[in-house]
Amino acid sequence: MKRIVVLAFVLVMLASLMLGCSKDDKTPTPAPDSQGGLPADSMAIAAERGLTPDDINAALMTYTPSGTWDEYITFMSGGHSGNLIAVGVPSMRILKNIAVFTPEAWQGYGFGNTEIEQMLDAGNVDGETIRMGDSHHPALSETAGDYDGQWIFINDKNSARVAVIDLRDFETKQIVKDPNIISNHGATFVSPNTDYIFQGAQYATPFGWEYAPLSEYQEKYRGMMTAWKFDREAGRIDPSKSFSIELPPYWQDLCDAGKLVSDGWVFCNSFNTEMATGGNMEGQPNFEASVSQRDMDYMHIIDWKKAEQVVAAGKTEEINGMPVISIPTAIEEGVLYLAPEPKSPHGMDVTPDGKYLVVAGKLDPHVTIYSFDKIQKAIASGNSTPDAFGIPILNFDDVMVAQLEVGLGPLHTQFDDKGNAYTSLFLDSMVAKWKLGGDDPAAYVVLNKVPVQYNIGHLVAAEGDTVSPDGKYLIALNKWAVDRFTPVGPLLPQNEQLIDISGDAMKVIYDMPMGVGEPHYAQMIKADKIHAINTYPEVGWDPISWQKSEFATLPGEERIERNGNEVEVFMTSVRSHLTPDRVEVKQGDHVIWHITNVETAQDATHGFQLDGHNISLSIEPGETANFEFDATNSGTYPYYCTEFCSALHLEMMGYFQVAP
Amino acid sequence: MSESVEKIIGPRVPAEEMKVHRGRYLAPTVLFLLAALLLIVSVFLPYWQLTLHAPQYPKGLTVEAYVNRLTGDVHEIDGLNHYIGMRPLDEAAPFEKSVAVLGVVVVALLVLAAVFVHSRWAALLALPALFFPVIFLVDLQYWLANFGQNLDPAAPLSNSVKPFVPPVLFEGKIAQFRTVASPGIGLWLAIAASVIILIGLYFHRRAYKPLADAQEAIRQDDAVHE
Repeated sequence: MKRIVVLAFVLVMLASLMLGCSKDDKTPTPAPDSQGGLPADSMAIAAERGLTPDDINAALMTYTPSGTWDEYITFMSGGHSGNLIAVGVPSMRILKNIAVFTPEAWQGYGFGNTEIEQMLDAGNVDGETIRMGDSHHPALSETAGDYDGQWIFINDKNSARVAVIDLRDFETKQIVKDPNIISNHGATFVSPNTDYIFQGAQYATPFGWEYAPLSEYQEKYRGMMTAWKFDREAGRIDPSKSFSIELPPYWQDLCDAGKLVSDGWVFCNSFNTEMATGGNMEGQPNFEASVSQRDMDYMHIIDWKKAEQVVAAGKTEEINGMPVISIPTAIEEGVLYLAPEPKSPHGMDVTPDGKYLVVAGKLDPHVTIYSFDKIQKAIASGNSTPDAFGIPILNFDDVMVAQLEVGLGPLHTQFDDKGNAYTSLFLDSMVAKWKLGGDDPAAYVVLNKVPVQYNIGHLVAAEGDTVSPDGKYLIALNKWAVDRFTPVGPLLPQNEQLIDISGDAMKVIYDMPMGVGEPHYAQMIKADKIHAINTYPEVGWDPISWQKSEFATLPGEERIERNGNEVEVFMTSVRSHLTPDRVEVKQGDHVIWHITNVETAQDATHGFQLDGHNISLSIEPGETANFEFDATNSGTYPYYCTEFCSALHLEMMGYFQVAP
Repeated sequence: MSESVEKIIGPRVPAEEMKVHRGRYLAPTVLFLLAALLLIVSVFLPYWQLTLHAPQYPKGLTVEAYVNRLTGDVHEIDGLNHYIGMRPLDEAAPFEKSVAVLGVVVVALLVLAAVFVHSRWAALLALPALFFPVIFLVDLQYWLANFGQNLDPAAPLSNSVKPFVPPVLFEGKIAQFRTVASPGIGLWLAIAASVIILIGLYFHRRAYKPLADAQEAIRQDDAVHE
């Protein structure tokens, strides 16, 4: 019997042998040299490439080895590329160029995909197909004034549109077009809980951009502030619960929503309070001169919570389907005030505590700091003078706390976690770091500056416009690169410069050429706040409606149905075949085509293009995509998978034939 | 009770003896109960897993086999297998999977029955449970060989990947994939049950053999006197 016990032990020993042993494949970090510096071979590389110790430090701070992820994601607007670009920080690598207002073939965006075409068509203007954009200011969704990583919004200055992008799949879900303005700039900015996405106008036009002679500018032309209601549950802007506030035809510029104490308010600056209308061929000065005559323009101070009540009370006028609070109603209800600001200013940035507003002078070398508390007191005091439209202008001295000379061409301001502000200086090509001084004008001081290359526009600090900025990183979004990069012809990339702001002095640590757009504003969010999916939740998914598509086709369900002269194709794609691989129709047929990528593996995307037709799809794992067209020409047209999906990718094709 | 049945189920323990040597008779009972319990629990746990490692799958692809089903990256592995003409994994062992849960329950009940059999026949009742892990692995190896050997000759990669036999344990290699097969927690529980049964049988013999021997002696004694 003892033998049995022994046998049992042997069995246990054998069993434990079956356990796989994991290998540790990490190689140790090479030891530094005897002086405690870099290893000799690293020093040799630095010497050969002419790198200074600062260069080496910059490289160490930004180099992101294969397989390691960035700490932050910066969403940069693509400017007149009409898209939104996700960039990793500190690596400064482009992670994705998200198509928004402009077709983009790699993402199958705007090349036949039915749902995407419908979404883009919602931004058309008076029947004119608009397939470009000028995206300016991305706004991440916020909860209690902090980024929540769920949604991002962006405006199109060109046609006054706003887009909603879902950060689960980094794809555009909705585009809305303002029915009354055709030019926006102060957009998008969200209220602290993303109840509203604000959109301020820019170049004034008559309502609905109708014709009116420029001689009737003051009477007929108007600015606007639209509050787009965001339904977070649906993930969509709800135009039926949105409203606008009529504004004077001053060109509203940048806006920011109040937060914490100033929650419920939105602030916009403006220029062209001169109400100039051009005419440089008719003996008038250029716009650049005529809109820059006055020493003071007007900050617009809007009580959106009160405006919401005014709308609820029905004191609006419906214009082109949008409830609009008229200027007289806004004055009467205490929704709208003005405050002087020097001079054709640009940035409008609320401090993290929500107590102060920083307005950058642009043509004035100061930043002007306003106190929300003082604004409230000035409004309560009733001390004001009316503008040409009867809107109360508060006294400058009643609302202003301090003016700090920061340098030439101050444009935008961001904040860190230590009570400092950073202002871009376009003309000086510098970033100025300065200290916020609260209510004490003398406490506002410039700390130091760093040169950037060149012509800085916006700048973005890590979560630098939220209630809790992170500090650490700042990016200068420079308009000009001039000599910074290897020449690529007359159209140069922009230069996005990463700046280390963790210490007292700012240090430029990376130059990134932006060769796919011209970023205006950007927002930088901690990457771990975003929960992006790897594949769609279910095979047969419609990414726009975020539910299973009615056209989902599973393996074995592939078919071609004919209904009169309408042919409907239900296709699947999987490595490495498209089923069916023959589709034959008759000339003149209307073809409706559904493709489901039945893959569930991460990165197993299949593209689809049909030769001789303007169709390009990107069908990500689990997605169902649809397109339709008229088979106008007879012929033989191969279709194939455009993503190199597998070793047998070239074999992943089929023939579409149109019989005469 | 007939003599043959009495011989099979063995002697009952006299109440006086039970009082004196309670531990001696409790030990095999507790061990068999434990073994049966482990077997039942093992049905809910994976018995075997196979992980495929390849450069483009940094997390690997894993399929887990329970006694009655497969889970894990079956869809993806089937997708890859179509290149070499292997049948979908779910088509393997249809009979075994359909009877597995009931089978394990029966095997565990036989172990419980052994608690009441105080003769060497108890070992026979425990035998299926004792060898269950081996039976599982042998059957699995059979199906692996069956699948690896019967590839569709018209598959895209049938020229480069010839029929093969994936090993049921340890490492294998197929195209760019390194495969690592290892027992799952369920199989470890079944192995533990086997070991416990072995130990239980030892205590069973220690407890009941003296009683049986004594009974046999009395029986022979009676026969002599008759």
